[in-house]
Amino acid sequence: MNAVLVLIALLMVASAAVALSLRNIVRSTLLFVVNWFGLALFYLWAGAEFVAFAQVLVYVGAVSMVTLFAVLLTRRSLDEPGISPESRSRAAAGIITGCAVAGVLAGAVLRTKFPVASTPAIPTVTVRDIGRELMGPQAAGLLVVGVILTVALIGAIVLAATDRPANREDAP
Amino acid sequence: MILAAVTPPEQLLERLPLVLRDLVTGFFPEPLRWLVASLLAIVAILAVFGLLFAFLTLAERKILGRIQNRPGPNRTGWFGLLQPFADGIKMLTKEDIVPRAADQLLHFLAPVVLVAAALMTFAVIPYGRHLVPVELDAAVLYFFAAGAATELVVFMAGWASHNKYALLAAMRALAQFISYELPLLLSLVPVVMLTGSLSTTGIVAAQAGWKWSLIPHWHVFTPWGFAGFAIFMVAALAESNRSPFDLPEAESELIAGHLTEYSGFKYALFFMAEYFGMTALSGMAVTLFLGGWQAPLPFLQFIPSYAWFGLKLLALLTGFIWIRATFPRLRMDQLMHFAWKFLVPLALLNLGTAAFWEFTHDWSGPLQLARWALALAFVAGPFVALGRRLTAGLGPRQYTYAAA
Repeated sequence: MNAVLVLIALLMVASAAVALSLRNIVRSTLLFVVNWFGLALFYLWAGAEFVAFAQVLVYVGAVSMVTLFAVLLTRRSLDEPGISPESRSRAAAGIITGCAVAGVLAGAVLRTKFPVASTPAIPTVTVRDIGRELMGPQAAGLLVVGVILTVALIGAIVLAATDRPANREDAP
Repeated sequence: MILAAVTPPEQLLERLPLVLRDLVTGFFPEPLRWLVASLLAIVAILAVFGLLFAFLTLAERKILGRIQNRPGPNRTGWFGLLQPFADGIKMLTKEDIVPRAADQLLHFLAPVVLVAAALMTFAVIPYGRHLVPVELDAAVLYFFAAGAATELVVFMAGWASHNKYALLAAMRALAQFISYELPLLLSLVPVVMLTGSLSTTGIVAAQAGWKWSLIPHWHVFTPWGFAGFAIFMVAALAESNRSPFDLPEAESELIAGHLTEYSGFKYALFFMAEYFGMTALSGMAVTLFLGGWQAPLPFLQFIPSYAWFGLKLLALLTGFIWIRATFPRLRMDQLMHFAWKFLVPLALLNLGTAAFWEFTHDWSGPLQLARWALALAFVAGPFVALGRRLTAGLGPRQYTYAAA
């Protein structure tokens, strides 16, 4: 079982590393999709099939599209990055951001207590359990997420809407 | 596979797939049997749906021909029955042209990933009482997660071709797929909520039985189920890229869309995946709304369950072909309006109808009539009102040079 975990980890680390080193931003985006797929494989390995399928549906299906649209709509030329990659300011910004993220992650990992061998059998969590948990104790969080997403959606519509009068001929 | 407890003694025909499987796995030692059983399921799916794809193309050409008052292919074999194989050989021997500027790897990967993802969706559909390739707790979610690769592949194909038209068409196709995925998923939410299960076998089991041993308990025979089925099928038409929503690859639109730079067998692979997707979505519709493998009447249960599934599947596929022969293609803006202003609101309202149906479960006598009338009003009212509003001031069309 651990060999599978190592393979999944290798896939994820390799795809992330290659994605960061590539100049072609569309290719690196597609490699990030591979990375998200690896995360879904990890959930599957861990026995959380519901979360794994949701991960594929949301990240591989939807978030990848948002990222690709953003990449295609913002960059004028796909091959020329905005700041030259060898500049000193870029290197400094990269190192600072990387260290900050690493610090946050390390802090979170170090502060978490891992219950070692306290649960002998793997607890089976069914979809029904997840649903009850989401509708009961976590209902407030779910509602907040829903409100945030709705606000984002309305914001996107407001940004995209134009005040051009509708052409009668073009109506459905 | 799970053996359901069945009251009538099961005939040999019903158990035939199980018997065959045990016969083949019997040749192998015990530790290998699960692997052989899985491989058998894969081979069976590939063979059955590969052949179904081949003859579906023939049936489509034949039916379209007959509807357009011409015979259709009739020269290769009896009634043109060998036509699909002739087409296959032609596609395999054609030159495979890849543009020099194309992204070679992604250009090659796109059709392969598409067919693989389309085949994966077949794994969770219950084809018969004992014929479920993979039993999953979250099978419905798995089905749509496997289908999510389609959008990514269309983008890969369009971008890797290094062709303006291909890229533009890919973006348009993506807009279409994302828009219609919403009503597709929303229309099946009532099914999942009312059966309380994401497993396809559970959903089929919830539709067992008959009212007055005449009307089956299929979801399509309830008001919310009928509306859900209609929305699901329209969205499935758009998701599988079929007429009247076939803009992504329509020759009168942006050349051939994201397929412009594909030739030979890669082009054929795209169409194979399209037919696989259409078949899988129809199979899902049968499972969710048409009772899966259940027989329509109690005395018809002597016919094996997989035959009923096959009949329902073929009926839906014929419907797809019939629609292609009947309806003109939509324009891009009409396509978007139809999804966001019509299908999505109706699918959302259908959730309310389903909730009403569930909470009035214990109404009886004259109240039962009121329950049906109210639920039907919830379905038909918004349909008529929205349709009237969206088409207001547009008709009737004035014909200047032709008789109306």
